[in-house]
Amino acid sequence: MAASQPGAMFIAGGTDLVPNLKRRQFDVPALISLSALSGMRLIAGDAKDGLTIGAGATLDELAHHPALNGPYRALAQACDLVSTPQVRCMGTLGGNLLVDPRCNYYNQTYSWRKAVGFCLKKDGDICLVARSSPRCWAVSSSDSAPVALALNATVVLHGVGGERRIRADDLYKDDGIDYTTKRADEVITSLHVPASKERMTSAYWKLRRRPAFDFPILGVAVALSWDDGMVQTARGALGAVGSRPVDITPFLGPLTGSRPDDRLIAEVADGADKPARPLDNTDLSHYWRKRMTRVYIERALRDACGLPPVEGRLSAQVKASSM
Amino acid sequence: MSIADKVVVRLRVNGEDTAIMAPPYKTLLEVLREDLGLTGTKHGCELGECSMCGVLVDGKPFLSCLAMPLDLEGREVTTIEGMPRGRELHPLQVAFAELGAAQCGYCTPAMLLTAKALLDREPRPSREAIKDALSGVLCRCTGYLKIFEAVELAASRATRG
Amino acid sequence: MAEFSVVGKPLTKPDAYAKVSGQTKFADDLSLPRMLYGRILRSPYPHARILRVDPSRAQTLPGVLAVLTGDDLPVKFGILPVSQDEEALARDKVRYVGDPIAAVAATDEWVADEALDLIDVQFTELPHFMSIPQALAGEGEPIHGTSNVHKAVALEFGDTEAAMRAADHVREDVVFFEGNTHLPMEQHAALAQYAADGKLTLWTSSQTPHYVHRALGKVLDLPMSRIRVIATPNGGGFGGKSDIFSHELVAAKLAIATGRPVKITLTREEVFYAHRGRHPVLMKVRTGFTRSGRITGMQFQSFLDGGGYGSYGVASTYYTGALQATTYAIPRYRFEGVRLFTNKPPCGPKRGHGTPQPRFALEVHLDKVAEELGLDPVEIRRRNLPKSDSRTVNWLRITSCGLTDCINKVVEGSRFLERRTSMPRGRGLGFAVSSYLSGAGTAIYWNDMPHSEVQLKLDRNGGVALLCGAIDIGQGSDHILAAIVAEVLGVAIDDIQLTTADTDLTPIDLGSYSSRVTFMAGNAAKAAAENVRDRLFAVAATALHCDAEELVARDRRIFRLNRPADGLSFAQVVQLAEGEGGVVTGSGSYTPPKLAGPYKGAGVGPSPAYSYSAAVVEVDCDLKTGEVKVPEVWIAHDIGRAINPMLVIGQVEGSVYMALGEALMEEQTFRLGLHKFPSLLEYKSPTALEAPVMHTYLVETIDREGPFGAKEAGQGPLLPVIPAVANAIYNALGIRIDEIPITPDKVLKALNARDKRVGPKTVPAFAFPPLIKAEVPPEWKGK
Repeated sequence: MAASQPGAMFIAGGTDLVPNLKRRQFDVPALISLSALSGMRLIAGDAKDGLTIGAGATLDELAHHPALNGPYRALAQACDLVSTPQVRCMGTLGGNLLVDPRCNYYNQTYSWRKAVGFCLKKDGDICLVARSSPRCWAVSSSDSAPVALALNATVVLHGVGGERRIRADDLYKDDGIDYTTKRADEVITSLHVPASKERMTSAYWKLRRRPAFDFPILGVAVALSWDDGMVQTARGALGAVGSRPVDITPFLGPLTGSRPDDRLIAEVADGADKPARPLDNTDLSHYWRKRMTRVYIERALRDACGLPPVEGRLSAQVKASSM
Repeated sequence: MSIADKVVVRLRVNGEDTAIMAPPYKTLLEVLREDLGLTGTKHGCELGECSMCGVLVDGKPFLSCLAMPLDLEGREVTTIEGMPRGRELHPLQVAFAELGAAQCGYCTPAMLLTAKALLDREPRPSREAIKDALSGVLCRCTGYLKIFEAVELAASRATRG
Repeated sequence: MAEFSVVGKPLTKPDAYAKVSGQTKFADDLSLPRMLYGRILRSPYPHARILRVDPSRAQTLPGVLAVLTGDDLPVKFGILPVSQDEEALARDKVRYVGDPIAAVAATDEWVADEALDLIDVQFTELPHFMSIPQALAGEGEPIHGTSNVHKAVALEFGDTEAAMRAADHVREDVVFFEGNTHLPMEQHAALAQYAADGKLTLWTSSQTPHYVHRALGKVLDLPMSRIRVIATPNGGGFGGKSDIFSHELVAAKLAIATGRPVKITLTREEVFYAHRGRHPVLMKVRTGFTRSGRITGMQFQSFLDGGGYGSYGVASTYYTGALQATTYAIPRYRFEGVRLFTNKPPCGPKRGHGTPQPRFALEVHLDKVAEELGLDPVEIRRRNLPKSDSRTVNWLRITSCGLTDCINKVVEGSRFLERRTSMPRGRGLGFAVSSYLSGAGTAIYWNDMPHSEVQLKLDRNGGVALLCGAIDIGQGSDHILAAIVAEVLGVAIDDIQLTTADTDLTPIDLGSYSSRVTFMAGNAAKAAAENVRDRLFAVAATALHCDAEELVARDRRIFRLNRPADGLSFAQVVQLAEGEGGVVTGSGSYTPPKLAGPYKGAGVGPSPAYSYSAAVVEVDCDLKTGEVKVPEVWIAHDIGRAINPMLVIGQVEGSVYMALGEALMEEQTFRLGLHKFPSLLEYKSPTALEAPVMHTYLVETIDREGPFGAKEAGQGPLLPVIPAVANAIYNALGIRIDEIPITPDKVLKALNARDKRVGPKTVPAFAFPPLIKAEVPPEWKGK
């Protein structure tokens, strides 16, 4: 169907797509509903054998699913922190993985964009946030995407050419417009999270102004595997600091083979914010967001290590710490 | 664009099956308000950023401004008009009225339906669970406290009875 | 027998059941047969000259019934008689992105939208002014007339320079308050119908149907008798629906042009352009104190960023200087204010109209002075409180003042003095106080007529029809009117049938703004009910063979106070009265006393009574991120008397909520000449998860002129909360954020700054007009 209708788009929950359609960000001759594909909602497996999650599972289901209670907790946290209960009941994992990169010069009505001058991403020819740039700097704003990277997940795609399995990391491209390797005729059917031989912990920390509604202006996902109190592997990724989720695994290297304490975690966090390149196209100042990256990496790591993430009574992220 | 072509839209709303003719791009919000006369469902942005348009679909909170009616065939839509049982108001409606939880009343339908979804799942929710469940519906009048108190009052009456 | 049977009770309000059932009809819920949808084309430029508007392509689109341009509605209007500077559709110039230019009526909204794209407009761009300094110093054609200065005022009450010289301690502070908006959840909407008999009806989500009525008459050049304006229940107002809006005039004109009903509902983006919200204000406050902390004199300057049109701006300007002296006893006072036009949506009245900004300035200023003088924040305020039954140096008459009680309640409730010195770093308590009007003492247009009027008509079964121009915007005004009438007539709220805000049916009420309805319409309702009661008592006295003075009305009966069995049912008395003299009606009016002082500019600030509030706010700050949470708030409000304490507490809690949004996140900011993010996602309105625990204390001072002693509740409690947040952050972290909103990046910046402060340092150079040296009231002479 997608092949026979050029420009048609798939719709699942519609919570990202429909607002964009209303703002005339896409010109779509037809929408192809995925809601009839009931098989896409199945969740099967466990940490021992690996977990397969249908891309049509709603964010609300995943936020409370027992299979995401333990090692894969970061995914439940990420899903639970998306927007509002309403959006989580409608929105799907597949849709969240593919959230159209956002920019506050782009996610505006047609008349607003016309008034400011259309941008590269739609109807225009310059990037309003980086005027001399040949590319679009819209921000990857998915909460689940950095978690998929940190958990080393595999994305299963179906299209006219059959099934394709790719690493989550390979789903994304560093471009605000052409942000995914998914082909127009392909649908994400499931996400496969590999088994973990050792004990595994994970955490997702999300920075935003309000504890509901808001997209991330920074997301930090980390996953650690353990053996006898020692970190065996440490993986991590950042969300909302570039046009794609940013892998920070190489910066977490010093954790391997260690028993992380306050000092080591602080030291690791100190360098791991290097690949974050926030620009002035989301809420709050990008200087502040850059500074927060280090703070949030430290907090996510402490969380995954079972250390209290924030000193004192305040929790910068009420919901994450209460889980 | 000019005059729009229409398709048959079948919906089950508040326990009644209905079929109307509407352009396929009309949202559930528009169909409810304009074609079915159910104006109790409000709108604040039509972009999913306030939840004024909240309804229940199969008992779960949904945004009618982003839901496409053609995708909802066979599912049960509940609006504020379907909240009373016959003429008897839902305990949440009574509690909201008695405690002054509806000031301007504009967020009230969505707030009530969202609270109903919570109480159906969790009959005696904690204050934190109430805040969490209602976090997607903006209110500019009340500061939310009277709303929390009304949900608690309704819950205590329902579980005591 | 208790004193009252309705007043003072937390009863369910009459409109509650319609609201919880979704049956309340807001403006956009209305539709009429053959109704058309109207849409408005708006300016894409912040400042431009319109060369040509060509609607011809749009007119030929199938489904389009009418297209209007500025030439179809050439008469200028404005809410204030001194600022008639708006056009329904701009003719020569556009002054902000979003300024209306043309309009269409079509068979559906999609067609209407498509038609807007087909209207050809040619512009010449002009340099634009987006801030106070730019408006003052920028080059290029001014936004209106010959200068960007809309209004400049300078008043002095006594010799403030001498007061500074006489002071032991003088301090000066400069602070900024960014603009923000009302964000009612209901978008503005209007439905117009022009009937075959030449009569126009407009249903509109308006706080001020009477002013809309007047403006329609003027702009459409129709006699007001041919126009009926019906205000629909407002889905939130907060001041944002108290102006006259383009879409109201345009819907009416489109209905006349097509002969069919036309509805215009603003999109959320358009609501941001309609605005009339909080002015951005830059302020300088300089105050002299004695060693013991008594104020000797104050000099206050404010610079208001007004946006593209006048709106309420002249009043807003005066309000930034008016209420300093109702909160503190200030012996010598100078106020200089200037409002500037900028190329932004027009600012106007938002909850607290013009006073939250100076309140922020004053309350952080006082905290700083207290520290310098070695006083605690409560003590310095106690030493400067105004007295009941007094007059301020700028001639404002204070009747009741419960500020001392308010302070005691929140200070004791929060254990402010003990806890503020013993909290860990990052946690803190802040304190502030305020006062506000119970209705503006002067009308928007000069006249000697009442500000509120109520009519009652009794039916033979004892029902009471209550007619009043006031509109319920969620604040509960319907209940207040019904409760007052029910109390006087001894009937139940259920017996009262309300018809409100319909210019054909209801007598005048000036509108739901300036916190005036309880006080003014309430007094009118009380007077109307007393009129009717007098007639009923006269009839009953004859029937019961007693004096009217012996009678009381209660529990749907009229009986002798000392012999309660001696009585008649309310309905029986109505029947007797109707038999004797025909239909039983009564009316009542309220005109505030003439309170303006003997100086030019004295019309803004007087009110028949002032409410008072005090707040303590607790903050919990993240030292690493700069984020500030508010877990708990203590707020006390001098309400005079609570007609319905549940509704009053609702107003107080809602005010606290809105204040916290303003203090910490809400801001109307601009980039590249237009609103940075006119959406509900990016304009940050606090959610249920951010709601703090609130402790609300009502203080009753029984004002001698208020209905049953009542004063206002809808706006005043917002005022102290914003500075209390700033003061609490200082207590928690030792930093001063002298700029609202207090965002986490500013907190972090201040923590790293040498002076531990973020905020403006100076005000721009500006030549204020020569001071109007007003006489000082006799009681302040020589002090």
